[in-house]
Amino acid sequence: MKYLCLVYLDEKRLDELPDEDCVAYDTEIRASGYCLASEALQSVQTATTVRVRDGRLSVTDGPFAETKEQLAGFYMIEARDLNEAIQIATKIPPARVGSVEVRPIRPIRETVAARLQQN
Amino acid sequence: MSVDASRNMREILDGIYRSESRRVFATLIRLLGDFDLAEEALHDAFSAALQQWPRSGVPENPRAWLVSAGRYKAIDALRRRARFDALEDYDERAENIADESIAPDGDEIEDDRLRLVFTCCHPALSADARLALTLREVCGLTTEDIAHAFLTGAPAIAQRIVRAKAKIRDAGIPYRVPAPEELHERLDSVLRVIYLVFNEGYSASSGTTLTRHDLSGEAIRLARLLVELLPEPEAMGLLALMLLHESRRAARTSPSGDLVLLDEQDRRSWNSEQIAEGIALVERALPLRRPGTYCLQAAIAAVHAEAPSGAATDWVEIVGLYDLLAQVENSPVIELNRAVAVAMRDGPLAGLALVDAIIARGDLSEYRLTHAARADLCRRLNKNAEARASYERALELTRQAPERRFLERRLAELKK
Repeated sequence: MKYLCLVYLDEKRLDELPDEDCVAYDTEIRASGYCLASEALQSVQTATTVRVRDGRLSVTDGPFAETKEQLAGFYMIEARDLNEAIQIATKIPPARVGSVEVRPIRPIRETVAARLQQN
Repeated sequence: MSVDASRNMREILDGIYRSESRRVFATLIRLLGDFDLAEEALHDAFSAALQQWPRSGVPENPRAWLVSAGRYKAIDALRRRARFDALEDYDERAENIADESIAPDGDEIEDDRLRLVFTCCHPALSADARLALTLREVCGLTTEDIAHAFLTGAPAIAQRIVRAKAKIRDAGIPYRVPAPEELHERLDSVLRVIYLVFNEGYSASSGTTLTRHDLSGEAIRLARLLVELLPEPEAMGLLALMLLHESRRAARTSPSGDLVLLDEQDRRSWNSEQIAEGIALVERALPLRRPGTYCLQAAIAAVHAEAPSGAATDWVEIVGLYDLLAQVENSPVIELNRAVAVAMRDGPLAGLALVDAIIARGDLSEYRLTHAARADLCRRLNKNAEARASYERALELTRQAPERRFLERRLAELKK
């Protein structure tokens, strides 16, 4: 079985959790063979929601999933910029009935590696 | 250099700042890939000009000089920072900027301004952020000016702009003109921002008249820029619509600040230059494609502008245009406006039936203008009791002082 572990937290409390700890755990779990993919996300303020209704694209600022909408899947994509990411998200079929939140990945490993190099 | 010559140079520089600074800024954003760095570089470039031009004279192409000076200042600044902070990739960024070729002349520069408009009006930014960012970055208004115009504090506007820039950077909102297949949707968002800026200035709901007027002027300038760079029919339509509205500004309010309705306005005080320009734009835009909402609204405004009086207006033409508009944009407000036009064409009874049908559907029952329109139709039909009830309902829903005074005046007339 494959499982997706979703991480939720109050962004205001992110400081209590050093990036170094997260990257250390990430390295460990990847070495163990259990982890297939893992990424940190940019803050919720960078989120963009994409919907398609009657063939028309709607793009809005923020994570505006309706309360009756449940998380149903994910695609991790590589795109040149947000415009291209939006174009791709538009074609994800559930965008026609639900919504697709597009959130950039935070390069946490690179940041921690750079910090280590500096010290 | 004599005092006179230095004052003279100051004036020349001020003039160049006014005409070129936003262009230089837009190009610097493309070259540097960062709003804040570009802002700093712009200021550094102008300080360098202030020091060097009095000695060397104004360069042949000041814009190119400023772009190039700004770019070198930014590279210097990044290299200086790299010495203190190895965490950020300042050195690499400086290298990238230094490598990139620049052609600070001709089309590329104009494209940069268009890129900036599309970035600031990106639909992934909140509507408030788009407005503030466009006024700040494209129009060059200060944070204080924007705060004043929108009746909020400068810190709130500043925070909105900082957040928007952070999203542009972190979410990877690109600095480019959308591809042809995205253009239609993205242009919509740009036009909506411009029209919001205009309406904020046009509806004198609050604030000093002066600042508000400036906002309308900014919106018209923005639309002119857009039409010049991207002559899409809807962009022309919006510019025409705003010019035609603006042409009536002086006639819309009495000297005491009261609202004057269209058919009671002194048409001699309408601005004929703006009307001529607006009509010419509508005539240019309409045949280009199946007309969109701004073109049709502008066409309606043009029919009013050409009429010698309210009674002598071509109401048949106006109703026809509203029919087309309703096909493009199905909104109850448009339906209400159409009903008022029908009342002018076929008499108040026909209009009243349409307005009552809209109210019965419940769509606009909380909208002040529905009740004001209904009251006016009843008044013309001598249904005084019904007119009074509708004016009272409209008054309950109205906050703008000039509109309230207008409704109160009408009520008082009915009670006589």
